[in-house]
Amino acid sequence: MDTVLPSTTNDLLVADHVRKLYPKGSGEDLLVLEDVTLRLRTNEIVSLLGRSGSGKSSLLRIIAGLMPASSGSVSIAGRPVQGPAPEVAMVFQTFALFPWLTVLENVEIGLEAQRVPPAERHKRALAAIDLIGLDGYESAYPKELSGGMRQRVGLARALVVHPRLLLMDEAFSALDVLTAETLRTDLLDLWCEGRMPISSILLVTHNIEEAVLMSDRILVLASNPGRISSEIKVTLPQPRNRLDPAFRALVDDIYARMTARTAGKTVHGMFPGTGISLELRRVSPNLLAGLMEQVAAEPHHGKADLPALAGPLQMEIDDLFPVAETLQLLRFAEVAEGDIRLTDAGRRFVDLDPDGRKRLFSQHVLAYVPLAGHIKRVLDERGSHAAPASRFKDELEDHMPVLSAEQTLKTVTSWGRYGEIFAYDEDTGVFSLDNPA
Amino acid sequence: MRRNDPTRSGQPPLGLAGEGLSPNLYDLAIFILIAAAFAILAHGARQIAVPAERLVGHPIVLDPRNLPEYALRTTLRMFAAIVASLIFTFVVATLAAKSRKAELVILPALDILQSVPVLGFLTFTVTYFLHLFPGSELGAECAAIFAIFTSQAWNMAFSFYQSLRTVPRDLVEVSAHFRLSPWLTFWRLEAPFAAPGLIWNTMMSMSGGWFFVVASEAITVGDTTIKLPGIGSWLAVAIDEKDIGAVVMAVAAMAVVILLYDQLVFRPIVAWADKFRFEQTAARERPRSWVYDLWRRARLTRRTAQAMGWLGGFVERLVPRPAAPPIAVRSSTARLFDLAWIALVLAIVAYALWRIVLFTRQSLDWHDVVVAVEMGLLTFARVVVLIALASVIWVPAGVWIGLRPWAAATVQPVAQFLAAFPANVLFPIAVVAIVHWHLHPDIWLSPLMVLGTQWYILFNVIAGASAFPTDLREASTLFRLRQGQWWRQVIIPGILPYYVTGALTAAGGSWNASIVAEVASWGDTRLRAAGLGSYIADATAAGDYARVVLGIGVMSVMVVSCNRLLWRPLYRLAERRYRLD
Repeated sequence: MDTVLPSTTNDLLVADHVRKLYPKGSGEDLLVLEDVTLRLRTNEIVSLLGRSGSGKSSLLRIIAGLMPASSGSVSIAGRPVQGPAPEVAMVFQTFALFPWLTVLENVEIGLEAQRVPPAERHKRALAAIDLIGLDGYESAYPKELSGGMRQRVGLARALVVHPRLLLMDEAFSALDVLTAETLRTDLLDLWCEGRMPISSILLVTHNIEEAVLMSDRILVLASNPGRISSEIKVTLPQPRNRLDPAFRALVDDIYARMTARTAGKTVHGMFPGTGISLELRRVSPNLLAGLMEQVAAEPHHGKADLPALAGPLQMEIDDLFPVAETLQLLRFAEVAEGDIRLTDAGRRFVDLDPDGRKRLFSQHVLAYVPLAGHIKRVLDERGSHAAPASRFKDELEDHMPVLSAEQTLKTVTSWGRYGEIFAYDEDTGVFSLDNPA
Repeated sequence: MRRNDPTRSGQPPLGLAGEGLSPNLYDLAIFILIAAAFAILAHGARQIAVPAERLVGHPIVLDPRNLPEYALRTTLRMFAAIVASLIFTFVVATLAAKSRKAELVILPALDILQSVPVLGFLTFTVTYFLHLFPGSELGAECAAIFAIFTSQAWNMAFSFYQSLRTVPRDLVEVSAHFRLSPWLTFWRLEAPFAAPGLIWNTMMSMSGGWFFVVASEAITVGDTTIKLPGIGSWLAVAIDEKDIGAVVMAVAAMAVVILLYDQLVFRPIVAWADKFRFEQTAARERPRSWVYDLWRRARLTRRTAQAMGWLGGFVERLVPRPAAPPIAVRSSTARLFDLAWIALVLAIVAYALWRIVLFTRQSLDWHDVVVAVEMGLLTFARVVVLIALASVIWVPAGVWIGLRPWAAATVQPVAQFLAAFPANVLFPIAVVAIVHWHLHPDIWLSPLMVLGTQWYILFNVIAGASAFPTDLREASTLFRLRQGQWWRQVIIPGILPYYVTGALTAAGGSWNASIVAEVASWGDTRLRAAGLGSYIADATAAGDYARVVLGIGVMSVMVVSCNRLLWRPLYRLAERRYRLD
């Protein structure tokens, strides 16, 4: 905690020992960011790479001045952040355009807020629209545009206020693969040619290839609580080629870092919480079976490289990791160093018929998911063999935020139904042991 | 209702297509419309400002030449009320959305107030406003406008509040991020986002309001009888003089007024509000209006829009811009303050209750309560039977119409027109029939209660059936579902949310209508159906405030209980189980 940052005039952004706590339903607060320290110099693109739950969006919002840090400090261009700083502009994952304003009006909104006179506002907005390749669309409404064009409006709106620091919050993740790639390339071209009025970009992403493709530096965030686990300098020259062996090696290396088992942690260390309050990810039994079959099949034969698996399946790490880790939790697979390997149980599962799969699945859920065992026990003990879901939800909410409790309970319900461990009646909100005939 | 409107694509949006400066024919048309609106407004305003002596007891003359002016006065009352409702909405709903403490009081208050029979209010407000403006007609005008206001404001405020609370998070962040001033945030984010809901509710309120404007123009409270110049008073005089020709003229005049309102106000505004719809896809047929098309094509409107924009920008520069918007931090002491606030509110409520008990105890005993509840149950039975009957008729009809786009396009505007038409204008005709054939008033006065409100069921069911997904219909056709099964498992669940909305509105309206529907007269003949409505009406006519309070109280409790015990659970079920999206 006593690191002292050598502050230089080159530092555009300094975040110093930032912590963030969220109040929970009851009990202790939830720690989402722990002691994050980072620096951004001028003329660099830095990626914050992490999975959902790593607090990367919270960190970005603290930097943008939209949310206060619980402790620690952030300063931009030497001044402490106490609200949205004028040097910063942000591009949003959901585009966040005003649907009732035209493209031009959307781009002008930041200038209007700064009370720039209409004539100049108009001129600057048109220049930004021109730069970003939106000419001809000035009078269109966002709903008339494709996703890629909408995000260009978001980009123009951010650039028109002449920020020094551009923040991008998973700006490409809501776009289809081709559109996202075009937009990334266009942005990099503008950056390399120095045609944008910005001096640095901080981008938040869960896409490893995107981080390697675009940034000069990658800060990998670990989850629960979010913290910077490693820093990787990317020295490959621009424009970068995804098929370049050096590029592939870097991607593999980052996959390995992100799946590395931390010493001293249990197998389900990647899931927050312990015992019945273990927080479960919303992964359907079908998805679990699907991934196991994929790993068991040609050409992997039970052991696969995660990047190699992700590519053909069109899955990003936020899709793939929860599935892989749930398999690990249920002892159907082991994940380490960027690889996934099926256990004996996993191999057996793949060969079984549907009923056999259900039986094996239910054994593993009962054995390794304490919450499922808990619900089963309560139902067994009660004469009526029924219990309201709210009872378990209340228990969970003592240990985790309301949303996580809901997600965990929904997940365990879906697993319990698939494994025919217990039934759940949506109308009455009651768990029971009787299976509908 | 769900196909693309081909006429819309390819047109530049308002205010951005570059054209010359010379005026065109559309400009002329709009100019005439606006000039007419100003002239009408000016004339109406002059009438209200006439010295008091001439107006008190101003006789209503059943001369057809007076009818346009009466119609105009009625309309102006309506618009005065809607302006008051909008101001109320902006202030109260914003307060509720921004302050937790205000929210704790305002939300339940809105919920109750919209269940209180509006016409019962009139007794108090007339007296109050007459005292406020002694010897002037202004007091009576205010009372009438207030009565209409109380029939409109609550659902508008609630809609606006809900919109303010559900503004998308990312847009809130953008506004904070670009440091928009509160003024700019309101006009660029909050107001446009709330616009479709608020406008739809305003229009529904106005449609319901015609009923009350007619009912509140001629009212007797004890010895005071007030007849404000308007269609409602014309009707009252026509009833006294047994002039069936005058009644027919009133019906015709009202039909013209509603038609003009529908074409010149309702449809253009609904069509305009469509651009604020919060959706990122452009499909779906849009509401259309010839007046709005005219307005959009006129160049003058662009000047107006620019002028408004300039004015807005001017105000924006006056409002101080915060250096950085404060970031909300919720402390643990806030909960303590909330508790204290609730305690304070409860204390005030308890005191108010005590005052009510004191007030009513002087002239009421438990027997009165029993009588009022019995009367309430009678009216309740009427409402249940009538809504059931209306549903049996209009649900199949609405489904039939809604599943046929051409029929829906024809019938839907008619149903909306009928819902806005004040049914009480038709009451005298029904009463004449009852008198003529010596029918039993306890039974035959009842249908009047749903005369105006049944249309809400019809047009909501039509809307639901029109929105029913084609693929589900095709699937049910392919599986050759039997009639009964199709109704039970396909269409009824599909339209349930819409039906519940319609039936709730219809039932609420019927309770209100009972106050004017259970008592009717034709000349000297008085017809009376036993029920809570006639109980309140009689107490009002006798100036018996205690029984009016009791009647209103019982009715409010019954309406609130119906909403809580029947409609709300049904709506929740519909939302949870039968939502199609």
